[in-house]
Amino acid sequence: MNKSQNFLKGIIKENPVLVLVLGTCPTLAVSTSVTSALGMGAAATLVLLCSNMVISALRNIIPDKVRIPCYIVLIAGFVTMVQMLVKAFAPALDESLGIYLPLIVVNCIILGRAEMYANKNKVLDSAVDALGMGAGFTLALLLMATIREVLGSGTWMGIEIPVLAENNISIMTMAPGGFLVFGILIAVVNKISSGKNVKKNFGCAGCPSAEICGKGSCSEKEEAK
Amino acid sequence: MTRFIIIMLSAVFINNYVLSRFLGICPFLGVSKKLNQAAGMSVAVIFVMLMATAVTWPIQTYLLDPNNLGYLQTIVFILVIAALVQLVEIILKRYIPSLHKSLGVYLPLITTNCAVLGVTILNIDEGYTFAESMVNSLGSGLGFFLAMVMFSGVRSRLEGADVPKAFQGLPITLVAASITSLSFLGFSGVIENLFA
Repeated sequence: MNKSQNFLKGIIKENPVLVLVLGTCPTLAVSTSVTSALGMGAAATLVLLCSNMVISALRNIIPDKVRIPCYIVLIAGFVTMVQMLVKAFAPALDESLGIYLPLIVVNCIILGRAEMYANKNKVLDSAVDALGMGAGFTLALLLMATIREVLGSGTWMGIEIPVLAENNISIMTMAPGGFLVFGILIAVVNKISSGKNVKKNFGCAGCPSAEICGKGSCSEKEEAK
Repeated sequence: MTRFIIIMLSAVFINNYVLSRFLGICPFLGVSKKLNQAAGMSVAVIFVMLMATAVTWPIQTYLLDPNNLGYLQTIVFILVIAALVQLVEIILKRYIPSLHKSLGVYLPLITTNCAVLGVTILNIDEGYTFAESMVNSLGSGLGFFLAMVMFSGVRSRLEGADVPKAFQGLPITLVAASITSLSFLGFSGVIENLFA
């Protein structure tokens, strides 16, 4: 697999949000407006890039048995750095992301890529993988946020859209709208990809919930095929 | 006392962790298929939330804040929670094997459950006292329990439903979650008016 394929797989074939269904909590929570979605995407991508590179560089040093705690500490360190950066340079973004900014630590995408990719591959490949996955995450967030903001508040990045602004469906920016839009988007992705079997590499191995989830939603996916 | 009741009720109904704050979605979607699994997971979450708050609140207030180390919050909390979950698992395994059997499988995945880290950080952000934090954690845990148990009921109905192919599996589950979450919107405003 060459570099560009490696990058592109994160955006389309293995999109972390819409295909691998990782990191659902931030996806649902911050997709109420395009601005916070972009901020979240950028913050998570930065953390993912740093953690993937460092974990990949240390892959022969970290003992296998304690690798998960090591990864968590590394990721938490980078998240703290990003938190401080955002607080200092984009206080408005800090306000809108709120609790979800520190919660990047427990975002399955980051731990998942560390476990599935960075601990087996070279530093440069891991960086490309991180950028691809980060871009995929950001684009999926952007798509969801666009749908929710345009329908929900009749604006896009704060710019008012003539007719929709007066006839907004405010439920779209509330919790139920998040679940609904996400459900429909995944259904659309399923429809487009049906028969192409893109879910072959379903990322359960990297998800800490795999043990339980393996009997739940993951195996359900296998059945659904 | 009224304040405690308000914190408790709003944590359970209005700011329900799963259905309005979107924390703990992974177990909500992954483990809610069977009622007994959903209940087991939720009890484990309530337990860990209370323990985690009891440990992290004093750490933040008496250790980090006086030493100007507030920025270490994220690292310290996640480590404390991870260590705590391990410790609880070891203690349960050794002394109460029956409880370990029913809760044990859920413990490892609680470490990276955003609801637990979320509740500990929110307690600090909201400026709650220790007692208020504990009440808030209990309420959040109960809210999680309520959402999980209700949703496992909804899902058992979905099993027999004739769903379009593209919607099978996760998409229809999310749509069902959307409707469940809609029902919780009805609670907003109720609690404030109750004590006004």
